[in-house]
Amino acid sequence: MARITAGIGSSHVPAIGAALDNGRAGEPLWKPIFDGYGWVRRWLDADPPDVVILVYNDHATSFSMDVVPTFALGCAERFEPADEGWGPRPVPPVIGHPELAWHITESLIEDEFDLTIVNRLDVDHGLTVPLSLMFGQRERWPVRVIPLAVNVIQYPPPSGDRCWRLGEAIARAVASFPEDLNVQVWGTGGMSHQLSGDRAGLINQPFDTAFLDHLTADPDTLRRLTRRDYIVEAGSEGIELIMWLVMRGALGGAARELNRFYHVPASNTAVGHIVLEPADANQSAGHAEAA
Amino acid sequence: MLSRQQARHDDIPGAIVFTGAMCRKGYALNQFCMSLMRADERARFKADEAAYLDDWSLTADQRQAVLGRDYRAMLSLGGNIFYVLKLAATDGRSVQSVVASIAGQAPEDFAAMMLAGGRPPEGLPADRRAQH
Repeated sequence: MARITAGIGSSHVPAIGAALDNGRAGEPLWKPIFDGYGWVRRWLDADPPDVVILVYNDHATSFSMDVVPTFALGCAERFEPADEGWGPRPVPPVIGHPELAWHITESLIEDEFDLTIVNRLDVDHGLTVPLSLMFGQRERWPVRVIPLAVNVIQYPPPSGDRCWRLGEAIARAVASFPEDLNVQVWGTGGMSHQLSGDRAGLINQPFDTAFLDHLTADPDTLRRLTRRDYIVEAGSEGIELIMWLVMRGALGGAARELNRFYHVPASNTAVGHIVLEPADANQSAGHAEAA
Repeated sequence: MLSRQQARHDDIPGAIVFTGAMCRKGYALNQFCMSLMRADERARFKADEAAYLDDWSLTADQRQAVLGRDYRAMLSLGGNIFYVLKLAATDGRSVQSVVASIAGQAPEDFAAMMLAGGRPPEGLPADRRAQH
């Protein structure tokens, strides 16, 4: 049986990918960020999952204003790094897991999450920057990836609570997949940032810190945040944080924090990162071994 | 009356929110920007910007904003940040310098502000901050 073993939250700032691709990761501006992901890189190296369900948003790359899906799941065999206007990032293609992706699709739609099925999808920095942060520069990514794109650009995006419940439904779908797979869910984007408007450059560290705290201490508070709360506190683009709630919802009621990192700035944005596991992880693993 | 689900998001000071009204206003402008995702289109645009823009039904204001690279104006005329950044990429201009211009700041001032921790959240509703 497939099982969700951990959740990771991470920003996906494009300038981080550019710094790595252009050999600037060791510079003073960027080194603290890559160092801050050192723990998770070692942790993933020691026990990489088979599949990552990677929740991200497309930034006017594969979806234009012609079609705006609220939730879109990538069911393809592979996904190419996109040309976002200056050529594709020099990173490996992303290999999917179509069997699990289709199983999740069928389960979610049965569960009344009517998502969009995507069979061709070029993936932008929203998906590839987290892979670079977690795995560094590689010939091939060590995991299969199922992209889950969430609309956070065209208002209204889904509510944070809807994202949480989607995460719960994903957990039910994964648990009913017969193959023995170690699955992680990653929620990406954020943390606080404002790109459009006079308030551009907004960084609300108290909000970001509370958001990271509440992922374990008081997730119900996060479920109650409205779209307006996110815009006011975290910025128009800080609403990307709703994608972290898909990840958190997939872990169930209680979760344990294994590691976190927070840094300002990366370009115009606060960088946040957290590693969580379900509170009953050891028990679940025990059951899996017994079986 | 607006229901809870249809709460307004376009009245938050300093924060542009890309509502349906903005989408309608900026559709042609944003799809023009999207066309610059293709290398051959970028080359055609650079060769003759005015002629290229003739193919898109932009308003006079939108056209002027694009030709003058006025990103503040583009956003107020329905441009979406992630779309107009395609134009900046075509020019080889950094995201941060565009964002600085949107905030009405010199790039070096904006960069220094970010290095010092970003724009502080002053002016946010204190009662909300207290809850978090």
